[in-house]
Parts: sequence; structure tokens; C-alpha cells
Amino acid sequence: MSAYSKRTWLRRAAAAAALALCAPLAPAQEAPKSVRIGWAIAKTGPNAGGTATTVTPNYQMWVKEINAAGGLMLKAHGRRVPIEVVEYDDRSSSEEAVRATERLMTQDKVDFVLPPWGTANNLAVGPTYEKHGYPLLAVNSITDKAPQLVKRWKHAFFFLGTGAQYAQALIGYLDEARKAGRIGDRIAMVHIADGFGVDLASAARKAAGQHGFTLAYDKSYPVGTQDMTPILNEVKGRDADVFIAFSYPPDTMLITDQAQVLGFNPKVMFTGVGTQFPMYKKKFGAAAEGVMGPGGVDFDSPAIQDYFKRHQAASGQEPDRFASTVQYAALQVLQQAIERVGKVDRAAVTQEIRTGRFDTILGPVQLDNQMFTNLWWVGQWQNGEFYGIAPSSKPGAKPALLPKPAWKN
Amino acid sequence: MNLVDVLLAGATLGGLYALVAMGLTLQYGVARIMNLSYGEFLIAPAFLAYVLVVQHGASPLAVLVLALPLGFALQWAVYQLLLTPLVRRTGAGPQLEVDSILATFGLLFVVQGVMLVAFGGNYHSYGYLSVPVQVLGSTVAANRLLVLLVALGLGAGLYLLLTRTRIGTVVRAVAVAPRFAPLVGIDVRRTAALAFGLGGALVAACGVLVSMFLPFSATMGTMFAMKALIVVIMGGVGNLMGCLLAGLLLGFAETLVASFVDPGLTLAVNYALFLLVLLLRPAGLFGRAAR
Repeated sequence: MSAYSKRTWLRRAAAAAALALCAPLAPAQEAPKSVRIGWAIAKTGPNAGGTATTVTPNYQMWVKEINAAGGLMLKAHGRRVPIEVVEYDDRSSSEEAVRATERLMTQDKVDFVLPPWGTANNLAVGPTYEKHGYPLLAVNSITDKAPQLVKRWKHAFFFLGTGAQYAQALIGYLDEARKAGRIGDRIAMVHIADGFGVDLASAARKAAGQHGFTLAYDKSYPVGTQDMTPILNEVKGRDADVFIAFSYPPDTMLITDQAQVLGFNPKVMFTGVGTQFPMYKKKFGAAAEGVMGPGGVDFDSPAIQDYFKRHQAASGQEPDRFASTVQYAALQVLQQAIERVGKVDRAAVTQEIRTGRFDTILGPVQLDNQMFTNLWWVGQWQNGEFYGIAPSSKPGAKPALLPKPAWKN
Repeated sequence: MNLVDVLLAGATLGGLYALVAMGLTLQYGVARIMNLSYGEFLIAPAFLAYVLVVQHGASPLAVLVLALPLGFALQWAVYQLLLTPLVRRTGAGPQLEVDSILATFGLLFVVQGVMLVAFGGNYHSYGYLSVPVQVLGSTVAANRLLVLLVALGLGAGLYLLLTRTRIGTVVRAVAVAPRFAPLVGIDVRRTAALAFGLGGALVAACGVLVSMFLPFSATMGTMFAMKALIVVIMGGVGNLMGCLLAGLLLGFAETLVASFVDPGLTLAVNYALFLLVLLLRPAGLFGRAAR
């Protein structure tokens, strides 16, 4: 009995020793040639503009930087593994986005998938990510449904807040300014008749009512409107200190341009997506001084300054000052989560994103209930930079330029 | 908002619509080519203007003058190389419309693809003549006024050319009766190529003008082509005066509704007007039924 057990023990010990010897070798042999990352984004169609501004440069720069360093460090395999990209054009259509995402996951069998630009398309691909257990890092997507969606989608992460958060922060900030006696209580508001505009306008309407503001003008306009003169002339006559436009990039440009021509200069001028784009800075330059918009950046942070330099060098264009920094930070989150897990294990990586604390260009990032909300809600052009001004308690917040100075022609 | 404001805003917007559509009405009305790549040939000169103005410091007006012959040559070449085989094969019959739609649909993607490779999907924009001008006590941007003036000038000029000159008569003959025009010694194919090229010159000029005040991207062409198509059909295919009138009508209607009712209803009014015209005058405002 004892001899038998001794022999067994010896045999086991030998086996264990052999295993221990082999251990460092075996995984090294199975280390993947590459970590395959796929994305289906809009290279054509109405979303191509937003994609080319915020998404593509960041995705490409991220891959380039990682591969230049030898790849992602997979510690389970003990070595760096380069990223290989599989790319599709979703033609801005949500059907196509879903199809391409499904294809990436089931046919190309990529290890991770990065999402498209735009709220609608992020929501459209959500169920596919969930079905196949891929983490969805939704950055260019602002929806009031996010808190409900994360209950159903355990793999979805929202990085850019909800529409209501932007609207409430803006109206709350205006309330502070009114209490300080710097603006009156009349607000004129227009919004584009599309997802983002409708969400923000209805949240702003509610918040304005709660804070006792009067809405002197509150109308929508359709996508593709090519002349804002009627709206601006109308608003001009409504004697409002605050003008808010929840607009998309082309109309943001139009509204700013035509307000300048018409000499419409309210004390607070807030325009929507596009206000933070490099194109806006290039076109209006010093004339944009004092214009507010969603987003903002803390330019005093060295990490941000460095990011702007690298972005400019990698893509030849500046990042936008709204979602770009968050987009890049989300990619850093993914990278650090993969490297901490040390192998391509989507369930573990998803769990790490959910609970981990990450070091990004925005500072430390930790998701709360699958959402990141430590954001700039309102920014303002000051001396050629779009600084975050609200929440005013956030470190790096600049005091607002109020009233907005006259247009410089 | 006073009435002068509304009239002026309506006229400048209408002028823009008319200008966008004039080239298409020539191409579709005379050459019988439903050019789906029309919008791309509007965006391409806008990019040309962007490059020359922003990177080389040229004046947009100089680019405008350059764009006219360039647009003509390009579209003339497109007709000769790409579309002539179709015209020959179909004998300029009804099949030509179907075939040309497919061919120009392909061309749309080629031109768009080239622009995407060259400029990316980003919005581009620069400002020119974005200064206020006082007209009858109302303020309007100089660049938009320029568009209205160019639209009126080109519309009237081409109208006179078509109705008062021999070559204009030839073009009209081809537009009205392409099958019988050869009987009186008209070279239909050459005339059609001329009209197609002329349409190209118009759309190129329009692209340069639009680039002065609207942000544009490589993929925005289709939107302009759609607008142009509505104006062309409303005005009567091949009719420049109809084009001008339909454009202005849409511009006024949109501005009136946006000012006095709700800016959210501009699209609805647009299509309601379009439907109304189609119901009452199926061939368009100036169109002749059963050509």
C-alpha cells in the first residue's frame, strides 16, 4: 500500500516537474501571430464626415502606436503581439453596419471589434456585440437610453454621457450665470429634427422649465437645411440673452456664419456638434471667440497637449475638441484591459473594462455602471482653444467669457 | 421679421436651388441623359476651389472663371467617351434613359471614390464674401447675393441664347424632337454633347459658388442631385426659365414657412409644392405634355 502510494507520488512528482519545465514553452508556441481587430465604419454616406473627424484618425493612430512598440503585451504568452486590422465600410447605413459587424465576428473571427460613428449605428450594432460577447466601446453615441441599455447589454460601455446630462449641465450653468446677474431669463432654442437634436432639446426644455427660464423661441429644422436666415432673423427679434442650437456639423457652420453676417450677437451663443471641429477653428478663427458648445478639453494638461501633437503628426489634422480625446481614452482602456488580462479572453477583458481603473490622457478613468461620465459638458472658444467650462467644479475648468464678445470680422 | 427680410432670404435660397438645377435640366432635357453623378460634379469643383483658395491663395472668383471651361470640357468628354456608345447602341430611344442612369450611377461612385481617397470623408469649408450687404434695409450675405445674381444672369443669358440664336434653336430642336432633327441637317449627337458640356459648365460654376458658404464633404453630392432633380421636374425638363421659377418658388415657400409657421415644416412644404405641381401640371410648370 505504502509502496504503491510512494510510486504514485513519485510518478506524479515527475509529471509535475515535466509540466513545470514545459510550461514556459507551451504557451509561447500557441501565442497568436496577431491580435485581430475589426471595425466597420462609415467611409461613405452622411456619417463619413463625423467618422473622418473623430473615429478613423484615432483608430489608425492607436494601432500604429501599438505596433510601433511591437504590439500588445500578452503576458500569458510572454511576448508582444502586433495588431492586424480588418476594415469594412458600413456606408452609413445601420443595416450594413450590423451585417459587417456580424461578418467580422463570425466569418473573419476577429478578436475585438470597434464600433462606428453616430448614436443610431452604435445602437444598431449593440445587440450583435451582445450576442457574440464582444465588448462595445461606444464613444460617438449620446443616448438617454444608456442607463437602461446597460442593464440588458452586459458588454456595452458608453463613454460620452447622455443627452439629458449635456442639456441639464448647460441649463444649470446658465442658471448660475443668471443668479450672478449676468444674463436674463429668456432663452431661444433651435434643434435639428434628428436623434441627437430632439433628445437634447427635450431635455433642455424640461431643465429650462425647472429652473424658471422662459423659452422665447423653440423650433426644429430638418436635416440638410441650407439657409438659417429666417430662423436667425426671427430669433433676433425675440429679445433673448441666450441662443442655443442643438445642431449637426454643417448647420453649426451655417448658423455661426450667418449669425455673424446678420450681426446677431447674443450674450450666450451655444451651437452643437461641429463647434469643436478643427474645420470650425480654421474657418472662424478669432471670430469664434466666446462661442460655446458641448464638450471641451483641458488644454493645460500635458497629456492632452502631447495627444494633440501626436494626432496632428499621425493624420495631418487636429483632433476635434469633443469626442476625440474620449475616443482615444476609450482605446487606451481597451488596450490596458487586454494587457492586464494578458491574453485574448473577451469575457475577462470585458470584466476588466467594467471594473478596472485605467490611466488615460483624460486622467484616471473608471466606469460607473458601464458608463463614463466624468466629462466636459460645456466648452467655450477662448483665445483659439476650446476649453471646458462646465462642470465648473471639474479640475481645469476655465471661467466662462460672458457676455460673448462682439463678432470680429 | 419684416417682409423684405423674407423676400430677400427667399430669393437668395431660391437662386441657389435654381442654379443647382440649371445644369441638370440641360443635360436631362437636351441630351436625354439622367445624370446621377451630377452632384459629384458639383462637389468636385468645390474641392478644386478649396484647394486653390486655401492652399494657393487664389481668389474664388478666379476659380469660378476657371471652372466654367473646365466643367464644360470634362462633361463633354464624359459624353463623348462614356455615353456616346450608349447613345449609339440604343439609337437614342427610351432605352437610353435606363442605360444612362446605370452608367452615370457607376460614374457617381468612381468620382466619389476618387474624392474620398484624395480628401477623406471630412467636411471642408472656407469663407469668402461672408460680409453683410444692406438691401432695402435688410441684411444679406454678399456670397448669397452673388449666387442669386449669377443664377439670374445665367438663366436669362441661356434663355436668350436658346430662344434668340441659331445654335439655340438647334439645341431646342434636339430637345423637342431628337428623332426628326437629323431631317433638317442637325447633328444630334454633337448638339447633345454640347448641351451636356454646357450643363457641366453650369454645375461646375455652381459648385465653386456653393463652396463659398456651405460646408461640403466628398459624399454630399447626392443631396444636391436630389434637390436639382426636384427643381428640374417641377420647372419642366429642359426649360431654363421653368428651372429658375421653380427654384425661386421653392426658396420663397421655404423661407415663408420657416419665418411665419415653423422651420421644421420646410421639407414638408417643399414636397407638398412638388406634388401639387405634378398633379396640376404633370409635365412641370413650363413643360409641354407628351413630347
